[in-house]
Amino acid sequence: MNLLRLLVLLFCLGGINTAFAGLEKFDFSGNVDEERYKELILELRCLVCQNQSLGDSDAELAHDLRREVYDLMNSGQSDDQIVDFLVTRYGDFVLYNPPVKPDTYLLWFGPFALLVIGILVLLRTVRQRQKQTAPEISAEEQARLNKILADADAANSNSNREPRS
Amino acid sequence: MPRFFRYLTPLLVFLAMAALLYKGLSLDPKKVPSPLVDRPAPAFALPELHSPEIQLSDADFKGQVSLLNVWATWCVSCRQEHRLLMALERQGIPIYGLNYKDERDAAIRWLQQFGDPYKAVAFDADGRVGIDWGVYGTPETFVIDKQGIVRYKHIGPLTTESFDRDIRPLIEKLRGATG
Repeated sequence: MNLLRLLVLLFCLGGINTAFAGLEKFDFSGNVDEERYKELILELRCLVCQNQSLGDSDAELAHDLRREVYDLMNSGQSDDQIVDFLVTRYGDFVLYNPPVKPDTYLLWFGPFALLVIGILVLLRTVRQRQKQTAPEISAEEQARLNKILADADAANSNSNREPRS
Repeated sequence: MPRFFRYLTPLLVFLAMAALLYKGLSLDPKKVPSPLVDRPAPAFALPELHSPEIQLSDADFKGQVSLLNVWATWCVSCRQEHRLLMALERQGIPIYGLNYKDERDAAIRWLQQFGDPYKAVAFDADGRVGIDWGVYGTPETFVIDKQGIVRYKHIGPLTTESFDRDIRPLIEKLRGATG
């Protein structure tokens, strides 16, 4: 029963993965390579459904922009030129893969900066621990410690002599 | 007191994070900054809504500070801001319309019914000019200066409050500028 459920679930997930939302029937026999087209629209972000790519979104604007991408490809533009076309109109927001520039330094390098800070803190902590020497204890404390240890030894040897009865 | 400071660090880090995230809460992710701002208005040539034989183009914006309002009859929030547009027209602010992905008859009927605040309306049936202007959600309103340069973009319906805060002072300033 559980196996059946799992299979149904996996089947549905597979469906989600491969479905392009209501893709238009474009003619891929000419200039436009279908693989290249599909790859590009999955890298571009839809402005209406902001967490979907152009390839996934069924928004009206996504339809229009897919047609635009297709037409640009058909007229022989490169992927970079098509991306530029969209960025000059909609900004970097359309890119799922944001360019490295001063605005995005924090985004690109922030995690590495945090990693470096983390390593430095770790190193410092470890060094400080190493430097710490055992605290000195007074004669009185030493005597008490010796007594506790002696008692423990005695208790141990007792229990060894008489294993569980 | 370095020791005191050391105990305070987590608190300070927490406060900084809280301030950052709080700021993030007040930002609307639906409002995408337009790369058009401070660039010349994208070139276009479209038939006018009422008189298709007349061509409207980006050249029509020059010589005055004007608004370009992107609207459609299927756009509910366009209704919401319409009354304000009518008021702005009475105040002498030139407003151009970009009728986006609409039907001519429906658009003309809409303007007859609710009033026509526009100096002229460009009819963009297939939305291609809309794409050139980076339109992704109607209504959108652009402020264009005397040289035909886009100076501001408002996304979503205009309200009296947002207009008086963000747009009116800008229009005054641009009107004062020479050129």
